[in-house]
Amino acid sequence: MSRKHRYGFYIPLLAGAVFYLLPVYVMLVTGFKGFEEVSLKTMWDLPTTLHVDNFVEAFNKLSPYLMNSLNMVLPTAVIAAVLGSLNGYVLAKWKFKGADIIFPLILFGIFIPYQSVLIPLVELMRSINLYGGLPGLMLAHVIYGIPITTLTFRNYYATIPKDILEAAKMDGAGILGIYWYIMRPLSVTTFVVVLIWQFTQAWNDFLFAVVLTNPANWPITVALNNIAGSQVIAWNLQMAGSLLAALPTLIIYIFLGQYFVRGMMAGALK
Amino acid sequence: MRINRKEAWQSFLLVAPSVALIAVFVYGFIGWTARVSLSEWKGLLPDYTWAGFSNFAELLADPRFMIDVRNTVLFTVFFVGGSLALGLGLAICLDQGLRGEGIFRAIYLFPMALSFIVTGVVWRWLMNPAMGSRLSGLNLLFHNLGLDFLINEWHTTPFWGIIAIALPAVWQMSGFCVAMYLAGLRAIPDELIESARVDGASEFQVYSTIVLPILRPVTFSSMIILGHMSLKVFDLIMAVGGKQIPLDVPAMYMWQVTFEGLFYGKGAAIGLLLLLSVAVLIIPYIIYTLRGETEL
Amino acid sequence: MNLRRRLASTLLAAALLAPLVLTACGTPVMLSQQPDLNGPTPLPPDADQVEVFSWWTGGGEAAGLDAMIAVFNRKYPDIIFINAAVAGGAGTNARAVLSTRLQSGNPPDSWQGHAGQELIGTYVKAGQLEPLNFLYEKNGWLWVMPKNLIPLISQDGKIYCVPVNIHRSNVLWYNPAILEKYNIPVPKTMDDWFAAMDALKAAGMKYPLALGEQWTVMHLMETVLLSVLGHEQYARLWTGELDWEGDEVRVALELFSKLLTYANSDAPSLSWQDASQLVTNGDAAFNVMGDWAEGYYKELKMTPHQDFGWTPVPGTAGTFQFLSDSFVLPVEAPHREAAIAWLTLAGSKEGQDAFNPVKGSIPARNDADRSLYDEYLQSAMNDWITNKIVGSLTHGVVANDSWKTDINTALGLFLANKDIAVFQRELGRACMTSGPCVQGKGQHAH
Repeated sequence: MSRKHRYGFYIPLLAGAVFYLLPVYVMLVTGFKGFEEVSLKTMWDLPTTLHVDNFVEAFNKLSPYLMNSLNMVLPTAVIAAVLGSLNGYVLAKWKFKGADIIFPLILFGIFIPYQSVLIPLVELMRSINLYGGLPGLMLAHVIYGIPITTLTFRNYYATIPKDILEAAKMDGAGILGIYWYIMRPLSVTTFVVVLIWQFTQAWNDFLFAVVLTNPANWPITVALNNIAGSQVIAWNLQMAGSLLAALPTLIIYIFLGQYFVRGMMAGALK
Repeated sequence: MRINRKEAWQSFLLVAPSVALIAVFVYGFIGWTARVSLSEWKGLLPDYTWAGFSNFAELLADPRFMIDVRNTVLFTVFFVGGSLALGLGLAICLDQGLRGEGIFRAIYLFPMALSFIVTGVVWRWLMNPAMGSRLSGLNLLFHNLGLDFLINEWHTTPFWGIIAIALPAVWQMSGFCVAMYLAGLRAIPDELIESARVDGASEFQVYSTIVLPILRPVTFSSMIILGHMSLKVFDLIMAVGGKQIPLDVPAMYMWQVTFEGLFYGKGAAIGLLLLLSVAVLIIPYIIYTLRGETEL
Repeated sequence: MNLRRRLASTLLAAALLAPLVLTACGTPVMLSQQPDLNGPTPLPPDADQVEVFSWWTGGGEAAGLDAMIAVFNRKYPDIIFINAAVAGGAGTNARAVLSTRLQSGNPPDSWQGHAGQELIGTYVKAGQLEPLNFLYEKNGWLWVMPKNLIPLISQDGKIYCVPVNIHRSNVLWYNPAILEKYNIPVPKTMDDWFAAMDALKAAGMKYPLALGEQWTVMHLMETVLLSVLGHEQYARLWTGELDWEGDEVRVALELFSKLLTYANSDAPSLSWQDASQLVTNGDAAFNVMGDWAEGYYKELKMTPHQDFGWTPVPGTAGTFQFLSDSFVLPVEAPHREAAIAWLTLAGSKEGQDAFNPVKGSIPARNDADRSLYDEYLQSAMNDWITNKIVGSLTHGVVANDSWKTDINTALGLFLANKDIAVFQRELGRACMTSGPCVQGKGQHAH
């Protein structure tokens, strides 16, 4: 394709950027406004003075819980991704008897409505002594993340030609060997997508966090939600806090984004 | 691939931990929910008195539940369809290897990083339906841009209001579809596309006959992921539209009857009906997709 | 491939590091470095502590709670106070957390609930709460709390909670400048009110009544029921003695339905705050809201009598429709003595005077230091002592949660189809399935 032709793609890309950033603009200007300045009529207006103190106050309220979130989210994302990739690999390429039943059964698990399992979940966590702390929350996120990570990996691995595996098998590689030396390196971008998903889900989750952890272990979303009271809600503070709470996720996106490089796979497949 | 006995055991052991966890935390809990849905449990304390299918019968005759079903169908169609279309379109644009790709990717994913609790409120402001002198949000923006014909009542539009709620959901999740599709596109060997071009295929033909079929598993995964979100959507609607019947969905109804009204039996019945309807719709589709898969 | 190796090693490092960070966090060393303010507080497991669950996390309510905690810490320095507040109000997140905790036998030492049926119809019914008569007697609270409040927080002579504050729900907020401009007197009766709004409509104000999302509509409905039925009949609605399907309720619902025609069409998309702002902005002239609206107006730097005025909802003067936040003692409180200390403080003059001026509500006690309260609150204190007292529906006093949820669903369907006959029938049914009405009998018990 000609270069000139390709520049045309900037038009939809920029239009997309406007669509995604418009609400972020509203959050940003609101985050800098004073409490009495926040109103529906003036939502597009710039703040009259920059209330940086909103961000300072939000940061002070959120920061004690930051480590809880990080400690919980990083292992959760990695463990769920690793389990999902193993499951996906086996269910795509080593279809033992019953594998075709196991996959839909795992997959169906994502449709379970979380609100309706809160009570048995809390009870079970208490009975295995994982209630109140971060490990219990991590366990819940890993388990309910497995269906999606498995699905994503399985569908990716299914597209990898079996000749590659058979050649490796001839060379004497076992199940784990093939996974480690062939499948794992091939699925870097899939790992990125799955990690983005898991990180975001666990980071932004509120429901499990609020019922499974005690105040000392609350992740940042519970603190963010608590910035709002039940009666008068300071939207300026909420917006500021929400933008701050999103920063680690954004950093992860940017960090992982560099692995979206074209040609990596193509080279490996040759 | 043919596998021997030892390999079968090894591969089973690899998935066994996940299977065990899912068995307890998903199917065990579904069993519990099913038991509660057949009970008279109402109030704080568990009451497993057998109630037969009365909770289900009540729901099927409940006008509110009918509204919920309709809303879920409409929401799912527009949310999933919109996210997939936008995701694929932007992923194709991003795949051109233009300068600034990383920035666009981060921007598209950013909404996903923001908590629903707050973005819902922003969208409530954006989709404010007031007219006349109180015009605000997107309507005001349209007015100032001279696009008055776009001004509408958003989620307070009678009957179709639920579709407006799909807009913030698309905004939030389509970035993830961009990432999924982009990963899929990048896994397609360049030679495949190049050789088609050499054979004289138009760009459109390249995408419709080569790229899209290869991306089918990606579309399938995205549909399942988005579909499960749309069935459970609840906090977004609560934040954008408030708790009101015209925008009601089963997850909201379930939340209200369970945690506000303490009708645990009825709440469990809603959850179970939700699951059953998914099972009826999805399982045949999964089996069909699995059968249709030719082993590469 | 270089990139691939890098990712693999990053993942591996993350997986290896994570448990390390985690265990490090588990040690007191790491925790003690965290700021104390509002932050998680580490505790030795056997310390004397009291975990108090509430939904006061933001704005004046959180500040009020902090003020009360400060007093508590001064009086009981040996007890560590754990503030387990989760935002979200009675109906939402906070509620789910409390439910799951109670289901699994892990109650907090004390929790906040709306005084009245929300507590009695739910927790007392399930045998989760301990009666507090001994505290009332010991501290002489029976003498300082209004006499007609006590029955509303009791069951069979047992008192089940300690009310900390009182809010009034039957308040009509208006824009004084607009009323003055069109020479409209502040409405005293329903007829006045309709006449006023007709005049405003004629003058070009399309929606004189500001309304928000559905709970604010229920709030309006409860005040109209009170206005039309009067306080005695209104009270009988909730004991099952007044027929929900009878003529009196029908008249009230018809007026309520007529009121809705004066309200803004975008109500479902507005929070109560947005609706309150419509009045001060001059986009609407009236709004019915609890008196926390006054606190909000003050935070917006509005001036009383100039930017906003207040009066009882037309037809309800002399009656104080109240709601109250209160604290309870669970039967299985893990730290019963500490919980009693907290309740003692919550019911004391000192505790209530620390909390209420900051929160913007009046104390439940009638011996508070009036000089601490602003003009509106002082007027509310007068009314609290002199008026007839009835409870709010929307805010948990008169109906248990199941009943309220049924009413809410009926109201939601009514707002969608505007069919009064169906609405009334559904309200009658709700009273029978979840309220005190008995099929065929309770309906006409009076």
